[in-house]
Amino acid sequence: MEEMDPGLINLFLAGVMLLLAFGIGSWIESRHFKSIRRREEELKRLPAVTLERLPTPDGWDHDHSGLVHGHVVVSVDHFKRFVASLRQLFGGRIQAYESLMDRGRREAVLRLKEEAAKQGYHAVVNLRLESSRLASARRNGKGTAGIEVFAFGTGIKMRRLGA
Amino acid sequence: MILSNTEEVPGQSISAFYGVVSGSTVRTKHVGRDLMASLKNIFGGELKGYTELLHEAREEAISRMVQQAESLGANAVVNIRFSTSSVAQGAAELFAYGTAVKVGA
Repeated sequence: MEEMDPGLINLFLAGVMLLLAFGIGSWIESRHFKSIRRREEELKRLPAVTLERLPTPDGWDHDHSGLVHGHVVVSVDHFKRFVASLRQLFGGRIQAYESLMDRGRREAVLRLKEEAAKQGYHAVVNLRLESSRLASARRNGKGTAGIEVFAFGTGIKMRRLGA
Repeated sequence: MILSNTEEVPGQSISAFYGVVSGSTVRTKHVGRDLMASLKNIFGGELKGYTELLHEAREEAISRMVQQAESLGANAVVNIRFSTSSVAQGAAELFAYGTAVKVGA
């Protein structure tokens, strides 16, 4: 049997890897977005705002407040990372990373809201978002292991006056 | 202990200030988690190992800040801020700080 060129085998394997990453990665992402949209719908009743305070409706008063936070570490798949590296040759928008940040932020805010709901808060004020890159231990910390998005705010509980 | 990232505790007035309190922790991940995360990195999505790690670390930073506030006799910490910085390769510092106050009567 004719021996195959090792370079060709490597190229083939890299191609298979990209295809696999594309397929499974896209599936995981679309499943994640589906879950995000569903939970956002469920938590519509609990507003989270960047304002310092919310006007209290007539006949209601502040009862209790406390810190709430939520965070997530997400990463893009191998295929998107490859596409992004190609994009960097020409510049411009990298949609692959835009959707990653969107996904991370919405997930972090959702987790914050879920915690707020669990503790019985009616709204979250002074919402702040922070994100940072997690460097991977390989390749001398040049690679990115993922991005962390952290959301925090103050949960407030209202009480009906005279109740 | 009331914690808040607003300038005052909603619905309550501040009666005394105790100054800045802070808590921090420096953490690194272990090799096993790193390996799992680099596998997960092929397909993307949430890296649960890191999420948990950072969650624990942040809780610890907050609880150290609360301890400090308690030792000063405060009953609330307002205007809480967080910051993250990488100290060395593979290690991160999570830092929480705020103003210790007394609210209510």
